[in-house]
Amino acid sequence: MSPDKPPEAPAVSSTRLVLTLALAGLVSGVAIIGIYEVTLPTITANKARELREAVFKVVPGVTQMQKLVYKNGELVPTTVTEKDEQPVYGGYDADGSFIGYAIPGAGPGFQDIIGLLYGYKPDQKVVTGMEILENRETPGLGDKIYKDAEFVANFKALSVEPEIIPVKKGKKSLPNEVDVITGATISSKAVVRIINETHTTWSTRLPQPGSEPLMTKPEQAADETK
Amino acid sequence: MARNEHEAYETFIKGIWRDNPVFVQVLGMCPMLAVTNSAINAVAMGGATLFVLVGSSFLVASFKQWIPKQVRISGFIIIIATFVTVADYTLLALVPKVHKELGAFIPLIVANCMILGRQEAFASRNTVRLAVMDALGTSGGFMVALFSLGAIREILGNGSLFGVDLFGEHFEPWVIMILPPGGFLTLGLILLFFNWVTQQKDKFIEQVAEAERVASDG
Amino acid sequence: MDNLAWIFISSLLINNFVLAYFLGLCPFLGVSNSLETSLRLGLATIFVLLITAICAWVLNTYVLIYAPYLRLISFIVVIASTVQFIEMLIKKISPTLFRAMGIFLPLITTNCAILGLAIFATNRGYGLVEGIVFALGAGIGFTLALLLLAGLREESELSDIPKLIQGIAMNLIIAGILSMAFMGFAGLFSAT
Repeated sequence: MSPDKPPEAPAVSSTRLVLTLALAGLVSGVAIIGIYEVTLPTITANKARELREAVFKVVPGVTQMQKLVYKNGELVPTTVTEKDEQPVYGGYDADGSFIGYAIPGAGPGFQDIIGLLYGYKPDQKVVTGMEILENRETPGLGDKIYKDAEFVANFKALSVEPEIIPVKKGKKSLPNEVDVITGATISSKAVVRIINETHTTWSTRLPQPGSEPLMTKPEQAADETK
Repeated sequence: MARNEHEAYETFIKGIWRDNPVFVQVLGMCPMLAVTNSAINAVAMGGATLFVLVGSSFLVASFKQWIPKQVRISGFIIIIATFVTVADYTLLALVPKVHKELGAFIPLIVANCMILGRQEAFASRNTVRLAVMDALGTSGGFMVALFSLGAIREILGNGSLFGVDLFGEHFEPWVIMILPPGGFLTLGLILLFFNWVTQQKDKFIEQVAEAERVASDG
Repeated sequence: MDNLAWIFISSLLINNFVLAYFLGLCPFLGVSNSLETSLRLGLATIFVLLITAICAWVLNTYVLIYAPYLRLISFIVVIASTVQFIEMLIKKISPTLFRAMGIFLPLITTNCAILGLAIFATNRGYGLVEGIVFALGAGIGFTLALLLLAGLREESELSDIPKLIQGIAMNLIIAGILSMAFMGFAGLFSAT
């Protein structure tokens, strides 16, 4: 370390102090806006791609999707992001006919909030797939809720009527039962509870099967999360 | 010139070993423990810190004459925060997966006392060249510390390194190591080891001095 | 209501700022040598965290929706200056209160727990009430961890500990054991 002290501060007018800081702030602002503008398209594209992949995974057979929000008692397509919105995603095949919804849900797990997305076919009232988007569950135990293929497979054709019931591993006999993971009972029950709760919220909001919103436009890549 | 070279080299090495920011000075603990549950996260965090520290040291040393002493801390913080924001967005665009794992701890590089400390104690009173060497050394030392902690925790806690399985199926991972307590315990034990090395060295030096004294007496 | 209770318990015990997120470690390891100082530091931290939560909410609602890229810089500048302003205010109004906790205020502002709280609250999209509850939980959790460590350290001062292990190494290992104990709180909310 250098032993010499910095030179004694000369008396500086406060105008100069303010000017220096303002200049520093200006330069820093320009730099930040620059990097933001440069990286924004990539970031938006990444997010949109992640979302599309998740939606396509939980609702098999889907090739295009649109964002739907619940507004004034009906489900309408939208492309803008609003604060506190609760969107679902409508999945359609190549001809634009409706296949199923992808519905996001969240709730407390073992350690922290678990965020997930599940596919739902309203005409058969079945869950078609489940994908964990966000979690901090214990590695090696709780994280089996997305690493254990057998557990995830539980959600491939799961009836939600009257509700999903977690049962001991290997005891699944009815279409609305889920085998929980040994050693991660709380996490797997949490997943079931989140889907049940989210389903209760949405079951009254979704329109009658057959009258789902139509696909509004041919979709371009990466315009979902504008 | 030769002396200059030597000084720059000394400054660099000092940061990595003798004044290692983590193991010797115990600075920058928050990101240190939080992100070292796998080697790749540790290296990403080390890289981001290196970028921020070298960048800010370079700027601070270049402009030190123009920054009035009264507002220097605010100035340093603005510079550091700018570099951190740049690092944050770059990581988000290039490696979204790693960014998701590191999460809120990238912005928290700002609050790493090691970085502000180097600006105040070194960069603002030395030449640009020395300041950059010091920044490289310090962040190199930080990287070494992050990597060793991350590697130990990943190997024991997950049986892998950089995501590659090391032990095969029969290894029962020591899960606690990648959970928060593992961070505290591993760092505690590493510091213990450093203490022990220092103690042994002191003992050795004492013994040599003793032997020399005996020899000269005889 | 359920949501608020979850935020509070989660930040207080399950995801304790110090023991699970490693935020605020510098004061945690540096100041925890006496119970009394720890308590005062803890109270001052709760106070600053509350201010932070309010500042973060104001910034998020009125400024950052237009300019998200200014998040980090504006958090730092606004929080630091608000705390400084309140410090001067306390000094004027109540010198006793200032002596009790005022000296800690500038120290706390540079603490990563403060910035961490602002960033976590933003990432999770907390509103004003949720933010304040989050700050309370986190602050009380921080104080709790600090007091636990300080109590253990006060005890250990009177015991015969090998010279090799004294100091930070021992504190970290104690913190590791505390952190392990706190892991027992996980699942509090989902075990139904």
